[in-house]
Amino acid sequence: MAVNTQPAPAAADERVREIGVLSRLLTRPELGALVALVVVWLFFAVVAADNNFISWATVAAILNRAAPLGILAIAVALLMIAGEFDLSVGSLVGFGGMAIMMLVTPVEAGGFGWTILPAIGVALLITLATGFFNGVLVVTTKLPSFIITLGSLFVFRGLAVAVPRSATNRTQLGGLDKVPGYGPVDALLGTKLELFGAKFDVAILWWVGLTIVATWVLMRTRVGNWIFGVGGDNVAARNVGVPVSRLKIALFMTTAFAAFLSALIQAFQFNGADSLRGTLKEFEAIIAVVIGGTLLTGGYGSVIGALLGTLIFAMVQQGIIITGVDGDWFKVFVGGILVAAVIFNNFVRQQATKR
Amino acid sequence: MSEPILEVQNISKFFGSVIALKDVSMFVRPGEVTCLLGDNGAGKSTLIKVLSGVHKPDEGVYRYQGKEVNFSSPRDALDLGIATVYQDLAMIPLMSIWRNFFLGSEPTVGWGPFRRFDIEFAKRTTREELGKMGIDIRDPDQPVGTLSGGERQSVAIARAVYFGAKVLILDEPTAALGVKQAGVVLRYIVQAKQRGIGVIFITHNPHHAYPVGDHFVILRRGQIYGDFTKDEIPLEQLVQMMAGGADLEVLSHELEKAAQGGGPGSDELEKVAEGFDAEARGETD
Repeated sequence: MAVNTQPAPAAADERVREIGVLSRLLTRPELGALVALVVVWLFFAVVAADNNFISWATVAAILNRAAPLGILAIAVALLMIAGEFDLSVGSLVGFGGMAIMMLVTPVEAGGFGWTILPAIGVALLITLATGFFNGVLVVTTKLPSFIITLGSLFVFRGLAVAVPRSATNRTQLGGLDKVPGYGPVDALLGTKLELFGAKFDVAILWWVGLTIVATWVLMRTRVGNWIFGVGGDNVAARNVGVPVSRLKIALFMTTAFAAFLSALIQAFQFNGADSLRGTLKEFEAIIAVVIGGTLLTGGYGSVIGALLGTLIFAMVQQGIIITGVDGDWFKVFVGGILVAAVIFNNFVRQQATKR
Repeated sequence: MSEPILEVQNISKFFGSVIALKDVSMFVRPGEVTCLLGDNGAGKSTLIKVLSGVHKPDEGVYRYQGKEVNFSSPRDALDLGIATVYQDLAMIPLMSIWRNFFLGSEPTVGWGPFRRFDIEFAKRTTREELGKMGIDIRDPDQPVGTLSGGERQSVAIARAVYFGAKVLILDEPTAALGVKQAGVVLRYIVQAKQRGIGVIFITHNPHHAYPVGDHFVILRRGQIYGDFTKDEIPLEQLVQMMAGGADLEVLSHELEKAAQGGGPGSDELEKVAEGFDAEARGETD
């Protein structure tokens, strides 16, 4: 607390108790994730020391794995802090990727034969429209977004499979690198950067950059204040003049945007799209966000936490792969971490309101 | 005498088959306090929601500064300077005091995409404005959930006044408060009035209403039961009307009858009946 320049009513306010640095830190939503990240890293550093866990190659592998999920988690975190869920985000990754590929696939193969940039632009608009559709449905019906977006999870995955299959007879479309205009866009989205003898995806920069932007929006702008307010108490926020409906629709469009960006990056990385890409990513993103300290009920959380949560998720995944443990155990581990994170967050929140 | 700043005429509000308000008319002038009194279920909350733009009235006219208005959201009312402090405070417990103080009306610095919430200003102003109300907050970063009821009420009122309210609607601001804290809030109502704000003070406690009010509107079962200026009605009569004099008289007779029937505890019942009788005649406190 800053030095109080006003004349103090008494020598010391009897209501204020000195609190230690630790308990002050405990009120930050990210702390749990930071501790967990260190613990998980130490665990693998010991267990997988012989398998070269401490190396730039492993760092690159973890970050490359994390980036597409992390981009989703940023938007999911903002939405969850505002008190809503988007379960359709994984389906939208498949949907967005197929939308791009449908537009660039040559006419004779059943596509539209467009060049790269117009295809990206139009596919983006279509995907944003799906987010708008989700948001409007949630706002107008006032049903839980869990239900609405559970429906859109199936609708958009179904569309991502059905439309390409009926038009091109396939659910995997490749050949993006043959499309005019591929080069410069690939440099922005799909290349790898060589550093310390390891290959880092350029997607990592998008992930970190968007985390910084989203954190700034959340902590330093009025929209950020609205997000916290709406998640804390919908009605109260509306009563003081926060445009709740517009904000929520915008946030659903943000998750759609994140899904699209993730799809776009992966389309360039894999030189094409797959109808099933992004399956289960909605849950992985929610797990990352919750591990990162965001409350499922909204009103409290952080984007940095989502970044840390994604890192943990990817680190566990990569750690299990290189340790050579049966990959089947991965889900057991992740589930355990999720429950532990929620218990810890609950404790932290109680500390925060007790302060 | 100045013109009313806010006035409603023959307002009605229905929820399905329920008549929440019927032909309600009231007004407030700048620099005056109109007290809206009524028991639970009298329709006070519905009337507030109509005044603050949450509900649209089904019938009747709403005038603000002489012009007829039609609000589609509380934001519209707020933009014109009609601020409401709700019973449930419209505060977010998990958010810090300064974030709550400026929620929905955040001050910004910078331009274009770099326009941001002026956090330094927000923290400083929150501390200063609460200081003016005599609330010395420990730390503006504290979550509102850690404040006491009176402190939260003060934050809410200070917020409304700070944002240039011309009309301040206070929904039972003293209901959940201790004696001393209620006094602080009442003093603040007078202060707001002296600054030329029209205050609509909703309460069911005539002892809180009488010292600060200029004008008393009594609401009963969704309708106006009485409308008085301070000269027209002494406190005792106000108390009696509030308590529903006739009802109390009936109750006291019933209790007396029960007491005459004899049996255990009949003496006590008689005393209670006398008490109600006295209150019905307006001899309270």
